[in-house]
Amino acid sequence: MKFTMSWLKRHLDTDASVADICEALTDLGLEVEGVENPSERLDDFTLGYVKHAEKHPDADKLKVCKVDTDEGELQIICGAPNAREGITVVVAKPGVYVPGLDITIGVGKIRGIESYGMMASEHEMGLSDEHDGIIELPSGEVGQKFVDWLAQNDPAKVDTMIEIAITPNRPDALGVRGIARDLAARGLGKMKPCEVDVVEATFAADMSVSIDTDTLDGCPVFTGRVIKDVKNGPSPAWLQDYLRAIGLRPISFLVDVTNFFAYDQNRPLHVFDADKVAGNLRVHRAKGGETISTLDDKDYALQSGQMVISDDTGAQSIAGIMGGRDTGCTEGTVNVFVESAYWDPVQIAYAGRALKIHSDARYRFERGVDPVFTPDGLEHAVRMIVDYAGGEASSLIVAGKVPDVSRAYKLNAKRVISLVGMDIPESTQRQTLTALGFRLEGDMAHVPSWRPDVQGEADLVEEVARIASLTKLVGKPLPRLAGVPKPVLTAQQMRQQIAKRTTATLGYNECVTYSFIDREAASLFGGGSDVTMLQNPISSDMSHMRPGLLPGLLRAAARNQARGINDMALFEVGHAFHGGEPGEQHMQVAGVLIGRTGPKDVHGEARSVDVFDAKADAEAVLSAIGAPGKVQVLRGADAWWHPGRHGKICLGPKKVLGVFGELHPKILREMDIKGPAVAFVLYPEDVPLPKKKSTTRPALQSTDLQAVVRDFAFVVDEQVEALTLVNAAAGADKALIVGVRVFDEFIGGNLGEGKKSIAITVRLQPVDVTLKDADIEAVAAKIVDKVTKATGGVLRG
Amino acid sequence: MDDLKSKYLTLIADAADESGLEDLRVRALGKKGEISLQMRELGKMTPEERQTAGPALNALKDEINSALVAKKTALSDAALDARLQGEWLDVTLPSRVRPQGSIHPITQVTEEVTAIFADMGFSVAEGPQIESDWYNFDALNIPGHHPARAEMDTFYTHRADGDDRPPHVLRTHTSPVQIRTMEAQGAPLRIICPGRVYRADYDQTHTPMFHQIEGLAIDKDISMANLKWVLEGFAAAFFEVDKIEVRFRASHFPFTEPSAEIDFRCSWVDGQLKLGEGDDWLEAGGSGMVHPKVLQAAGVDPDVYQGFAFGLGIDRLAMLKYGIPDLRAFFDSDLRWLRHYGFQPHDVPTLHGGLSS
Repeated sequence: MKFTMSWLKRHLDTDASVADICEALTDLGLEVEGVENPSERLDDFTLGYVKHAEKHPDADKLKVCKVDTDEGELQIICGAPNAREGITVVVAKPGVYVPGLDITIGVGKIRGIESYGMMASEHEMGLSDEHDGIIELPSGEVGQKFVDWLAQNDPAKVDTMIEIAITPNRPDALGVRGIARDLAARGLGKMKPCEVDVVEATFAADMSVSIDTDTLDGCPVFTGRVIKDVKNGPSPAWLQDYLRAIGLRPISFLVDVTNFFAYDQNRPLHVFDADKVAGNLRVHRAKGGETISTLDDKDYALQSGQMVISDDTGAQSIAGIMGGRDTGCTEGTVNVFVESAYWDPVQIAYAGRALKIHSDARYRFERGVDPVFTPDGLEHAVRMIVDYAGGEASSLIVAGKVPDVSRAYKLNAKRVISLVGMDIPESTQRQTLTALGFRLEGDMAHVPSWRPDVQGEADLVEEVARIASLTKLVGKPLPRLAGVPKPVLTAQQMRQQIAKRTTATLGYNECVTYSFIDREAASLFGGGSDVTMLQNPISSDMSHMRPGLLPGLLRAAARNQARGINDMALFEVGHAFHGGEPGEQHMQVAGVLIGRTGPKDVHGEARSVDVFDAKADAEAVLSAIGAPGKVQVLRGADAWWHPGRHGKICLGPKKVLGVFGELHPKILREMDIKGPAVAFVLYPEDVPLPKKKSTTRPALQSTDLQAVVRDFAFVVDEQVEALTLVNAAAGADKALIVGVRVFDEFIGGNLGEGKKSIAITVRLQPVDVTLKDADIEAVAAKIVDKVTKATGGVLRG
Repeated sequence: MDDLKSKYLTLIADAADESGLEDLRVRALGKKGEISLQMRELGKMTPEERQTAGPALNALKDEINSALVAKKTALSDAALDARLQGEWLDVTLPSRVRPQGSIHPITQVTEEVTAIFADMGFSVAEGPQIESDWYNFDALNIPGHHPARAEMDTFYTHRADGDDRPPHVLRTHTSPVQIRTMEAQGAPLRIICPGRVYRADYDQTHTPMFHQIEGLAIDKDISMANLKWVLEGFAAAFFEVDKIEVRFRASHFPFTEPSAEIDFRCSWVDGQLKLGEGDDWLEAGGSGMVHPKVLQAAGVDPDVYQGFAFGLGIDRLAMLKYGIPDLRAFFDSDLRWLRHYGFQPHDVPTLHGGLSS
């Protein structure tokens, strides 16, 4: 919303400075977004007097002028046709910036003769499009500042423009009068009266307006008057200046009037060319399919139920949104019908959204204009039209009636103080509301008709606080809860934190990737269906909610590879979406390792990443978040893993804590990943929470008796899993055996086709007495027996 | 006897290696060594002679022994020194590679903010990112026709043909978590809700996903002045300065009333932001007293309870505090960026140890 200081002063009697007004506006909730003071950019221009002018010896259209200025007589070459002796002009001396040309004047030679400045046109000063000649002033002293001359003689040209942001609750501030009211309530001036001098009717209108019964809830009142014999044309200068100052282009008087009242008092109007309206006007709901060409030269097909104004031939205006082209005003219009109606905000909002029309009228009606002002707004406009464009006005045409929006809420002064935390006396509270147009009856505050946003007691609090100034609010301590603060994070929240820090410690860089991803990548990882699709994605790269974190990490890895980084460890902790309903999301911890474990190094340690790197990291993170140490490692995870090189870390076949492995080469190819890639995905929400609450640890069981270590090697079938063998050995004597570890795997040699050797080291820890050879032999025999039974293998000779 | 002593001490001192030293030991103290033979002579002496010769011989024997041991140690030390000299390594060679991981600034700043509010008694609440329009809008006093719905650039989820329910939305703020938490826990309540939020906007300063942290405090007598104090305390603690003046500017949010924009006092000098000083104001977020309709929608009695809510941008806080220029880079996972702006895994922010190190 833009307005100028002089426009504001039409409604507000004030001598407050621009700075004070801007500060107050921002504090009141009408945030100042910009201030444009034309006198700032014209500050260096001064008046001069052309004492002498003669033709340039070498150019027909140039004149050599002697100009009196505050710095004495200057020689200026000028090409303007009106440059001549005896006129008062505006001079830009060397060093002055000329806004309309975007140059700084220097001393120059034009066709061999020196020129010490420029005499300016309105266009060059950025004041108007006028560039037929230089400015000739009817008055003014040599050396006087041009802005001072303008302030005295043409103040609109140096009118300061202020632009404010309007929050959706303040339609009243979409009119300059509403802004003035806020400032007056704050104490920055007095409201000026704004009564309308109704134009007397000289004839009865020969047309009527009706509202269909089913449309009365969307258009409770529609008023209008016919004006005959108006003379349309350019608006008076003051009106053109006002509109131009706020960035609107003056079109013709009849159009400019409607724009003026839209901005002056948030009263949108429409002016029909009465000669183009066939018969009577009818406000009704569209059947659907009707088409209309609008003022912006576009065609719209109306949808069933949308409100429309039709004449006897068809739709002529999309109600409250945009007028029709066929009945619009032109330069030649002589008879008009001026419309002022009230349209329901909700219906306008839905219709505007459906038709995708962003008009000024829609913007205002969907926020809510003052319904009670509907007839007065019309009379204001009729008065202005008759005053400036002549003509005779008909009697008033009214359909429906002004809706009753009166309501009142209780002002609870104590509650206001308690909510805001500021000591505002009750008398001040009442004064504030009165200044804003509320009518107080006892403790009931009656809401003014221009404030549709005020819908309860809380809104009264806001008005009082706003005017009292929240900037002045002084902070008060929020009472601390008694004692030392308790921990606030839940076990799952702590897990996320620990998982992140642990994974980073393992050398991974944390990423935060978008929650949405392209359909192709989502499909590769079990997603990409319509239930997780966005209706209005910002691009096809971000069309589906991610089914897991791996696709985003792999896309990130591919981007890094494209930048020349081949080896990397990336991880992310965040939610994945297994469905489209609220809550169909689950937490994942995912890491990818790509390329080699490090750069080529002097110790010869760098190598390609492999599945056991991913396994080690998965186990480390699971352990850090408290997963049990004894788990199963099963196969058969999803298709994006290498079928033979992955494992699910499980507590039972259905309780999967995580998956690690190589990624399927086809997936890597689809995702443009070069080199080997292994990954892990963990599900921290599925890791059981510890049952015990006690902080006490079990007592340490230790003994001074020497532990015994024995190694065994078994020849088994290649498909036998080491974990089966280890579990079998460990089960041989649960009391004595405290550790079983695989330390060698060997395939080939003379073992035979399809066979492998697995070597384990078993640690026996006696508790009471030292083990004798016979005891050890007995356990060893049991181990061999168990392993043989479990794996079908034999002890390697 | 003195001759003997000086002879052997000289020989021991001159010994070149351990075998030479062993020869000397045998020659002096071996079974047939010179000193041993003399000891054997003691028996033939008179008791008087023995009384002086005995201790003298024993002293000699001890002295020679000590000299032998000392020399032996000296020789082995010299041998070790010589070996170690030969074991010289170029220790300027690179060390073994240890991968260096990092924590994303979003995580770091979320934990910083959490640490501050935890101290003020706020716990952390979470909720769904795909939300029903009721939780995201209606419960927050934003009805269907409200202009704020259009202004929020909401992402909607797809609806299959024949599914007439309104589409779900990607939450446009973390405020629905406030509703869900009030429904579940009632009042009084102090929570913060950090998390991902979504708006269909992408340019220099907007990404379609970003992070918010909202705060909510509900009790019987909580005021907007308390809100201001909380934000002042937060700002100073977060930016690690003594004091930051907070300015409230009246504004409008459907879910709060009165509503205020939060500004921090700051200065911009040569593109460098300084908080807590200067004549500029930095827009930090929105806040206000929770609208009675919102309390009602969440099942809290607005005649008994009142409270405040505020919202801040985590990404923006991170950019301001750590001088990170481009929001879009947060979500690009460029390793060079992650390493440069990331944090050490063990830099856990705490109030007692300091938020940043």
